[in-house]
Amino acid sequence: MADDIKPRIRVPASPKKGEVIEVKTLITHIMETGQRKDAAGAVIPRKIVNSMSVTYNGKPVFEARLEPAISANPYLSFHLRVDEPGTLLFTWKDDDGAEYKAEQKITLA
Amino acid sequence: MDHPNRRRVLLAATGLGAAALLAQFAARPASATPDTAKALLQSLAKGEPKEGRITIKAPEIAENGNAVPVTVSVDSPMTDKDYVKAIHVVSDGNPAPGVASFMLTPLSGKAEVQLRVRMASTQKIIALAEMSDGSLWTLAREVKVTIGGCGG
Repeated sequence: MADDIKPRIRVPASPKKGEVIEVKTLITHIMETGQRKDAAGAVIPRKIVNSMSVTYNGKPVFEARLEPAISANPYLSFHLRVDEPGTLLFTWKDDDGAEYKAEQKITLA
Repeated sequence: MDHPNRRRVLLAATGLGAAALLAQFAARPASATPDTAKALLQSLAKGEPKEGRITIKAPEIAENGNAVPVTVSVDSPMTDKDYVKAIHVVSDGNPAPGVASFMLTPLSGKAEVQLRVRMASTQKIIALAEMSDGSLWTLAREVKVTIGGCGG
């Protein structure tokens, strides 16, 4: 299952300096709630991505804490004012301790 | 003194009480309530929230409760002096009330987040915004769900 976990990021191509852009993120993940039962009636243990944190050129710009009420393949979007070109670094944390990372460069027009 | 009739009535009454209590216990793990949702918000951000400054965009009727798109935006200039510190989202009809919390900074530029929520049934989604000046703002919005999204 772990092999299927793939982050996707989308940002506008070349924003102007000072522009507020929308950053769209999605990570493929089952987001098992811990509420479901398997065929034998045993509870399937919870396994979700419980947080996403984002830095831009090392500065924290956004953080999300997620609960099982978030859909599978959690999609999140947020906004960012880009005053300088740089790199967005995304880190998702899994219940099992794994971390998934992604990077997105932003170049200004 | 020991009237058989009175005794029967008393017995029946305690029986009823016990049944009601049992029903309540059985119902508890199944669902969050408006009260537990409110209590969770209280624990996330202390204070008395005022109504307003928040907009929640969500479908009025969601056919599929597995992924209901929700957009929460907060009216704020998002400057260094006046910005939204956090947006908390809870709901009152899932097994647990928590949905998500978002931490923003003045660099966000615009206080708007979009997410997709699982909804077990028709319920209210409640957002709470924590501003940099310490004030709290809240708004609730009902989403009708035709097919619940909790896989059970």
